[in-house]
Amino acid sequence: MADGPIRRGKRRLPVEWLGILPFAIFAFLFLILPTLRIVTGAFQDVDGGFTLQNLYDLNTDSIRAAYWTSIKLSLYSASLGCAIGFAMAAAVVFGGLPKAVRSPLLTFSGVASNFAGVPLAFAFIATIGPAGLITMELRDVGINLRAYGFNLLSFWGLVITYLFFQIPLMILIIIPALDGLKREWREAAEVLGATGLQYWRMVALPILFPSILGTFALLFANAFGAVATAFALTGPQLNIVPIKLFAQIRGDVLGNPNLGYALAFGMIAITVVANTVYIVLRVRSERWLK
Amino acid sequence: MTRFLAWFALIFGCLYFLLPLVGMAEFSLKMRRGEYSFDAYARVFEDPTFWATFSYSLVLAGATIVMGIFLVVPTAYWVRLKLPQARPFVEFVTLLPLVIPAIVLVFGYIRLYNTSSWLPLTGSALGTDFLLTMGYTTLALPYMYRSVDTGLRTIDVGTLTEAAQSLGAGWITILGRIILPNVMVAVLSGAFLTLAIVLGEFTMAALLNRPAFGPYMQLLGANRAYEPPALAVIAFAITWGCMGLMQLVTRFSKHERAKA
Repeated sequence: MADGPIRRGKRRLPVEWLGILPFAIFAFLFLILPTLRIVTGAFQDVDGGFTLQNLYDLNTDSIRAAYWTSIKLSLYSASLGCAIGFAMAAAVVFGGLPKAVRSPLLTFSGVASNFAGVPLAFAFIATIGPAGLITMELRDVGINLRAYGFNLLSFWGLVITYLFFQIPLMILIIIPALDGLKREWREAAEVLGATGLQYWRMVALPILFPSILGTFALLFANAFGAVATAFALTGPQLNIVPIKLFAQIRGDVLGNPNLGYALAFGMIAITVVANTVYIVLRVRSERWLK
Repeated sequence: MTRFLAWFALIFGCLYFLLPLVGMAEFSLKMRRGEYSFDAYARVFEDPTFWATFSYSLVLAGATIVMGIFLVVPTAYWVRLKLPQARPFVEFVTLLPLVIPAIVLVFGYIRLYNTSSWLPLTGSALGTDFLLTMGYTTLALPYMYRSVDTGLRTIDVGTLTEAAQSLGAGWITILGRIILPNVMVAVLSGAFLTLAIVLGEFTMAALLNRPAFGPYMQLLGANRAYEPPALAVIAFAITWGCMGLMQLVTRFSKHERAKA
């Protein structure tokens, strides 16, 4: 079909670029300029001169702890999301489950990966919060979650809650990759005398590796930038970067507006690295999975 | 053995996903002591703020969808038809909202368009609504663009355009009466996803101080016990509805194509 260029203009009239002018203006005003404002603000002092002081000032105990907690939260929820999502996807694709399972699982994943934010927090509070369904049921049989030190409004509570959108995202991305594994590769490995484990270790996983690691990076960025779920779950107390930034934008809690820019700049830097990893690995994995 | 492990993984996963849904549904019915009732839902639906914030978000979602269509369809069409060399730039820009967290973006808006700036959008309610709509359009941009671009791939843009032009159609006629109807399914599917995103969005609306559905839910959650899970059930139903409609239009279009 008409996939490629229709008429490659030999004379490169700039008039044709006018066609994407509205889009370019929109992108400039509402995407690029705001981001640049944050980035330049991070390197400016109160009078607008260049400085690295803001980035230095990030190095306080409280802000370091916030970044560390955020990174840990994203790492844990992304790796658990990848592992569980992969297990479920592999179960559906290779596990010999009834064909009827697959389509509902994909549909549900589409819904669940979009069911994030405030309502998701409510659902988990109603389930494993202090008065939630599971908490109460377990208490009736003599298990007090509180006594075991479990608290939904904590780091691990957030990890468990984030998994609700992390796992489905992994399933949605990895199932097509698993489908792309050709049966011939497995047969070839078997003919050469490989065991099932060897096939996975030496053929399938190396091919899937870019997809898995790439999705991991995407899940990481996904968790790192999330505000609403954490805010609805724990309020403004929990010390993670997005919540700190939220409080800073609302009321300058850091007492220095330019420090807010630096905080936001740090977030951009981390998500840019994660997404670059994702895009590079995605291009690599598509080479195999055609 | 493999089958056993597969069933285990699936059942474990399903339990994890079902329990919170059961939990919120059960909790939302427990408002009346000792028996299940729909009191929490009645309380939510009685609340005028619920309807005010919900319709506000609905209107904004509509505006976002219209804005998204006007922005994405002509651009994606033009890039395919005349400017294939602009594709990397446009695709890069449409992916940016996935890279830059929404909270950072809205932080930039607040600093850029505040009352003492060259374009004081946050100075008035209408201006802030406009800014919020633009913010939502950027959030939805990656999904809308990819959806429409995939839709355009299935039609022969060049031939359709030339045919229309030889019959004397102008650009607006071509876009509105030839291209748009042909990618309607893709547009609708992007629109439903946009609807789901906008209705639940919290961060941008809260920081721009607008009375949207997301901040309302958060506020209720901080102050009430039984209404929040009821709201969660409603929100889940909405998300499910949007995704269902998305699948429905896609399936419908396949039948159409098969018949043709």
